Amino acid sequence: MSAIYKRDFVSYFNSPVGYAVLASFMFFSGIFFYVQCLYMGTTNMSTVFQSMFFIVLFVIPLITMRTFSDDRKNKTDQAWMTAPVEIPSIVIAKFLSSLSLFALCLLAFVIEGVSLSLMAQPDWSVIIGNIFGLIILGSSLLTIGIFISSLTESSIVAAIVSFAVNVLLSLIDIVGVTVHQDWLTAVINAVSFQSRYNDFSLGIISLSDVIFFVTVTCLFLFLTDRVIERRRWA
Amino acid sequence: MIKVRNLTKFYVKNKALDDVSFSLNEGEILGFLGPNGAGKSTTMNIITGYLSSDAGTVEIDGINILENPTAAKKKIGYLPEIPPLYNDMTVVKYLEFMFRLKKIRLPMKEHINSVCDKVKISDVKDRIIKNLSKGYRQRVGFAQALLGDPPVLILDEPTVGLDPQQIIEIRRLIRDLGKKHTIILSSHLLSEVQAVCDKILIINNGRIVADELKTSLTGTGAASEKLSVIVEGRRQQVMSLLQKIDGVVKVTDLGEPEKGCCEFTVDSRRDVRRLIFRAFAKTDFNILQISPVELSLEDTYLRIITGKNDTKEATADVSNL
Repeated sequence: MSAIYKRDFVSYFNSPVGYAVLASFMFFSGIFFYVQCLYMGTTNMSTVFQSMFFIVLFVIPLITMRTFSDDRKNKTDQAWMTAPVEIPSIVIAKFLSSLSLFALCLLAFVIEGVSLSLMAQPDWSVIIGNIFGLIILGSSLLTIGIFISSLTESSIVAAIVSFAVNVLLSLIDIVGVTVHQDWLTAVINAVSFQSRYNDFSLGIISLSDVIFFVTVTCLFLFLTDRVIERRRWA
Repeated sequence: MIKVRNLTKFYVKNKALDDVSFSLNEGEILGFLGPNGAGKSTTMNIITGYLSSDAGTVEIDGINILENPTAAKKKIGYLPEIPPLYNDMTVVKYLEFMFRLKKIRLPMKEHINSVCDKVKISDVKDRIIKNLSKGYRQRVGFAQALLGDPPVLILDEPTVGLDPQQIIEIRRLIRDLGKKHTIILSSHLLSEVQAVCDKILIINNGRIVADELKTSLTGTGAASEKLSVIVEGRRQQVMSLLQKIDGVVKVTDLGEPEKGCCEFTVDSRRDVRRLIFRAFAKTDFNILQISPVELSLEDTYLRIITGKNDTKEATADVSNL
């Protein structure tokens, strides 16, 4: 398991993907930080985190697009399918390596928090709460991306589909407003990623939100495992 | 060491394997022979646990691959048709990754070095796999299969893409490995299988059509004897004389090799050399040559694959395909 984790993580930086993801994430968080904190003269980083939600949606498909599709295209899946390793541990290893790259992106906020603390007293509980929130939101989006990547041989298709799914998950709020059917609105609000994430960005960590994201993560890890396992029977 | 029983595999509705069974003892080399799409790779993928079969069992050293996949996979080194190489890694990094993936408990550096020496890739160890030539890539794939000294080696067309000298080296290596390891290798090169293997399995359309020791396989090819005869004399008369000999099944005219001579091949149920000699001793015709025509493995293979008795006919069929 650690072998796959390490290989996948290092491979992000054997190609431009890892650098592109890190650079674009840091670039946008820097811009939002400058405009919404430094320029406005506030230590409240909540708005930065709210703005970053869309960047996260954009960056995550880039992280996950090659996870399983490249292995399938290059037949390298034969290496780990015929090695004495269980499939669930492969799925988890690949998930953890993508999560590690994502966590590396989040370091941007730590840097921003530290630079704020040089000049004023930032609200660390908001920053830490937000980073935690982004990690569990990111986990569920990453597993959805990994699941989509396991369905196709083309990493481009995987990226486009996961991006579309991510956008759908955030636009679903707008749909919820237009639907005049109470139960349907309730369902839509229940699966909305954005409204749950907005709680985090205000520094509120509610148990139901945490459980929601952890459940989504586990569900898609399980589904990915099933897809890989099922290929042996195809 | 390897027991395969009644393997059946469908690809959707296409039957890829139909009741394939064979077994292999420790230290034997089995050659898997068959035309493209016959089911060689499918069988190997099932043995190594990459695919599942729809029916049948595979046992590696007494361990069922479906019931206890991890333990069974530990005993197998597999070189698939397309080597599973990560193009963005260097050779050493890749082998270290495979070493860890296979959970091998040996000193890593020394073991990887010795494997690299065996397949002669020590000089490209620090190069990125993407930039290697096909022959080197194939050998890196071979090295990966040898990691951890597994008792069973499954090699899917191991010499594809190598130059003639490398092919000879790899064959020698396989023969050496065969002293300690149990090996299954597939090929559509008959000469390769003939040179390396103890046992040969011919597979066609997902069925095993011949399962023999190498010698007996060539033997069965000569179930009926075949002679080449050159006689000095008139064609018609020589032909009718040959046809009258007891036990002769068929006489084929091969034309006139020298002036005044005629050449025939004689198919017979038993050894008719003496009868031919006596028959011609009574006439004015001189026998210039009687020699047995040995059926090569190639002839047998073509005959089995096409299901025809006449090699020439079978060859023609194959070239028409």
